[in-house]
Amino acid sequence: MEFTFLIPLLPLLGATVNGVIGSKLTKRAVGLIACLVMGAAFLVSVATFYKLMLLPEAERSVVVSFFTWISSGAFSVDIAFLIDPLSALMILIVSGVGFLIHVYSTGYMHDDKAYWRYMCYLNLFVFFMLMLVLGSNYLVMFLGWEGVGLCSYLLIGFWYEKKAASDAGKKAFVVNRIGDFGFILGLFLLYWSLSDLGAASLDYKTVFENVHLIDPAILTLIGLLLFVGATGKSAQVPLYVWLPDAMEGPTPVSALIHAATMVTAGVYMVARNNALYSLIPHVGNIIASVGIFTALFAATMGLVQNDIKKVLAYSTVSQLGYMFAAVGVGAYTAGVFHLMTHAFFKGLMFLGSGSVIHAMGGEQDMRKMGGLHSHMKITSVTFIIGALAIAGMPPFSGFWSKDEILWEAFEKGHVVIWAVGLLTAGMTAFYMFRQVFMTFTGECRADDHTKHHLHESPSSMTVPLIILAVLSAIGGIIGIPFFEEGTAAHQFLNPVFGHGGHEVHAEAAGAGHGSLEFILMGVSVAVGLTGIFLASLLYYAPMKKYAPSFWRPESIASGFKGLHKLLFNKYYIDEIYDYLVVDPIKRFCDWCLSFDLGVIDWFVNFAAWFTRLTAWASHKFDIYIVDGLVNSMSTLVTYNSTIWRRLQTGYLQNYALVFVVGVLIIIVRVLLG
Amino acid sequence: MTGLTGFPILSTITFLPALGALGIILFYKKEWTDLIKWTALGTSVVTFAVSLYLPLTFDMADPGLQWVEKTVWIERFGISYYMGVDGISLLLVLLTTFMTIICVLASWREINTKLKGYMALFLLTETFSLGIFMAMDLFLFYVFWEAVLIPMVFIIGIWGGVRKFYSAIKFFIFTFVGSLFMLLGVLAIYFYHGKVTGVYTFDSTILLLSPVAPAVQFWVFIAFFLGFAVKVPMFPLHTWLPDAHTDAPTAGSIVLAAVLLKLGTYAFVRFTLPMLPNASMAFAPLMIGISIFAIIYGALVTIAQKDIKKLIAYSSVSHMGFVMLGIFVFNIEGLKGSVMQMLNHGISTGALFLLVGMIYERTHTRMIGDYTGLFKELPVYGVFFLIVVLSSMGMPTTNGFIGELFVLIGAFKAHWVYAVFVAFGVLLGAVYLLWLFQRVFLGNFHYAGGHGLKDLGLREIIETAPLIILIFWIGLYPKPFLNVMDASLTRLVKQVETNYRKGNGEAVSPQASLDAAVVERKVE
Repeated sequence: MEFTFLIPLLPLLGATVNGVIGSKLTKRAVGLIACLVMGAAFLVSVATFYKLMLLPEAERSVVVSFFTWISSGAFSVDIAFLIDPLSALMILIVSGVGFLIHVYSTGYMHDDKAYWRYMCYLNLFVFFMLMLVLGSNYLVMFLGWEGVGLCSYLLIGFWYEKKAASDAGKKAFVVNRIGDFGFILGLFLLYWSLSDLGAASLDYKTVFENVHLIDPAILTLIGLLLFVGATGKSAQVPLYVWLPDAMEGPTPVSALIHAATMVTAGVYMVARNNALYSLIPHVGNIIASVGIFTALFAATMGLVQNDIKKVLAYSTVSQLGYMFAAVGVGAYTAGVFHLMTHAFFKGLMFLGSGSVIHAMGGEQDMRKMGGLHSHMKITSVTFIIGALAIAGMPPFSGFWSKDEILWEAFEKGHVVIWAVGLLTAGMTAFYMFRQVFMTFTGECRADDHTKHHLHESPSSMTVPLIILAVLSAIGGIIGIPFFEEGTAAHQFLNPVFGHGGHEVHAEAAGAGHGSLEFILMGVSVAVGLTGIFLASLLYYAPMKKYAPSFWRPESIASGFKGLHKLLFNKYYIDEIYDYLVVDPIKRFCDWCLSFDLGVIDWFVNFAAWFTRLTAWASHKFDIYIVDGLVNSMSTLVTYNSTIWRRLQTGYLQNYALVFVVGVLIIIVRVLLG
Repeated sequence: MTGLTGFPILSTITFLPALGALGIILFYKKEWTDLIKWTALGTSVVTFAVSLYLPLTFDMADPGLQWVEKTVWIERFGISYYMGVDGISLLLVLLTTFMTIICVLASWREINTKLKGYMALFLLTETFSLGIFMAMDLFLFYVFWEAVLIPMVFIIGIWGGVRKFYSAIKFFIFTFVGSLFMLLGVLAIYFYHGKVTGVYTFDSTILLLSPVAPAVQFWVFIAFFLGFAVKVPMFPLHTWLPDAHTDAPTAGSIVLAAVLLKLGTYAFVRFTLPMLPNASMAFAPLMIGISIFAIIYGALVTIAQKDIKKLIAYSSVSHMGFVMLGIFVFNIEGLKGSVMQMLNHGISTGALFLLVGMIYERTHTRMIGDYTGLFKELPVYGVFFLIVVLSSMGMPTTNGFIGELFVLIGAFKAHWVYAVFVAFGVLLGAVYLLWLFQRVFLGNFHYAGGHGLKDLGLREIIETAPLIILIFWIGLYPKPFLNVMDASLTRLVKQVETNYRKGNGEAVSPQASLDAAVVERKVE
């Protein structure tokens, strides 16, 4: 399978060509290049998938090494790919959904001035995403992990003239880096624990073979640190805050990066590390708890949003929470299955919302929409299919995947997770259909100008919608649990997850799907229907008249004023983070700068000043004291000499006189002596 | 040049720029500006080309000094002209010869006054810097170490910005005072060694064979520290750096960041570790503490900056903290990360200063607040800047990642707490760099000057492109760079260990002694 290098390389090629000469090419050529490389990458992915399936089940784990990336002494990391059922599925999703979204983008972004830059970034993103899922060691994964973060940053801030967009991009990057802080520490702790055991390596294969030898306490820490990375990338509590803001990016970007692919990287990472996480079920419980709490928490915020994309954003956070709940309880297959169906239906709904925004001339407020069904039937019908899927209505894909998660949680004894999941499912159905009703039914609340321009999107946009709608509808097939040998997804992913003790257990239980599962299925469908029903009473015109007086949007909003305000303002989490973290850090930075200039540099300058002072003082000392002394000496001498000078008149006769007088005195002394 | 059997390649590389400088000073009229520029460029290109001979003939398996030139200089005092290059210095030599070309190009339009002196001084800076990386005789090392100060001070003081005199003098006094302490340390080793062994010599390979007693090491370490730490610069001796950078002309900033900041860390690796292993070990906790503090503190101060050049200057304090940490964790990974980061910091921070210089040339302001949305008007410039920013924050596929990775591994090996701080520093790096990028490049285009700006011209692209290529080359295929330093650093680690035990008075097997000794390979 050496040709797998083409899978990421093709999008990279597209990005390079468009990045270098894209500005000189026509938009048609740019779009063609971007879509062609994606289509080709998808075909190669299909071929890879096919070749993998030809292998006997036990051999479906192929490592293809291309070259040594970093090597030094014992530390050696290759650019190498691991092709196994998990990565094969992931590349199909990434390249397939990616291809559709590229095609869609050619329509959606067509009028943008920087079309080529957009296509370049989008291709580049797919390259990194494919590296992430294909890498056969943690560093290649990390390369992709950081790369997708970068592309996310670039694409969220694509319309960088808008302050909100560039702020959102930066926020996404920085919050992700906080997650990566944990992730990279987890990696090194893992590496170091293994090297103590004589198995220093970052290759999955070696790591998973030896991971059980690591001290459980350390392993717990490793598991938690890696999960911190996942909470950043996959927008879980407490690091989810960047994702709603990320909606500032173009809508196809939200579909591809912030719904279908990148945000699921954390789920993929945990699933990939199933051998590790199976050993530490208590960490799994934490992951599941964080996941299910996020699911509920985000869903409550989704209930009251009026921005068509924000609803989807909170819904994405919530659905990602489901996936973590699944992988947390050890139901890896269910988690990955939901990842896949979510990629279909959430990708679809984002693209659908893009189609709506496109038609509405950029308007995103659902309060100004309504009645769009008559203007854009394809968008409307496909969107409703997506909503049915996410609401968990059979036989749409979301039903099977969500239900499997709930069932496995229940079956493994996590009743609380099941119950919260069920409640969240009800809320999901509610806010999704609130969105459907507000957008597509009733009177159009747009202004006349917008109304006049309402139109269905071009086929470049509707065809991807239709394909994704079909996938959302029937994509659940692989997870239908009515077969003796378990679901097709289970069978397929078994080589990856089979060795985890947890999953084997699940498999054994999963084979005998009993009547209890049917009852629970019925319960969750009932809950979903209730959600849809409650939404219809509030927002669907023909149903409104049956609604009791307390069940109207206004009366609910006024009856629960405080709660509504709290939800509407997203629990003030952003403000709390700003107040507790961001502002103090900024103040501290300013304080550090003042310290640097005011204390350290002040001291330096003081030393310089003091030196100059001493120099000046010495100078003065020199002039007045030292030199002064010398001068006063000389003054003294001069003064004295003025006295004695009188003797030295220079007249010979004076000297002769003195001489004679002196001689006379001596003679007198001698004679008298 | 007695005792030399072949061509003195190292001296040739070192003194070629000086020769060019001499030529410019002696034979050129100051009006011949184009000729001066082209001669300086030609000299630097030829020097670089000749220096490429080194990696081509470098023996990676040989940990010792290669292309050694050794000749007696002042016999009475045991001073020799002793030059050699090994895997530790090779990359730094190449960095110096390479960055000088960039510097000359960066000065092409910026410098309009006294061009003759400027170019000559620049070439002299190159000669002296190369001398420092090659000198294996402590006295010779000291001579180069002091000499490099002179051209640099003039470059800042004459062609600098608003507070050029203040900055130049601050730079001079800081480093000069530091160097005096270093000289004291060198003399202490010299006399101590002479007294104990009867051999009075400045030859570092001989001095290395019998390290001085731990008590003496203690004082020498402090002396060396004051000399080297100023150049790194380590907290709290760093405040000359932001001023020097801000007031230096673009090329001055580049050479300061890319080359001069490496002198200190290089000297720690080359001399402090193997000559003073016991003191180094004893001081390691303190050194690590200061380094970690510098990483975090430097980053925090960087976040608060409002001047782009000052911001990059302060980020150097943080980045050099990584390098120092890697040195004092005492393992091969950390050292490798350090040497790698020296190279990376030279490339990335050099590139940042280069890019800032380009925009300064257009607008004559460096305040972040004076710009927004440059990306719209200057897309090529924006892309270059973004790539360099990413490299500086350690993005995988760029050079910064490789260096930080090894420092991180080394730090982890020493103690996990160090790694936590390093990783936190990496996180903060993303904050200040991305925020800088956002404030300057994103948003609606506006800058205080008003009129439109031109995107990069051909010369500017040619200047930047090689750095961009290096960023990705090291990021994607760092193997050749890592291989170059591998053997020498492995030997260095052995050397430190052996000398540590010698210093403690333990018996050392002759074989271990031999393994640790520096092997010279003369030019053939």
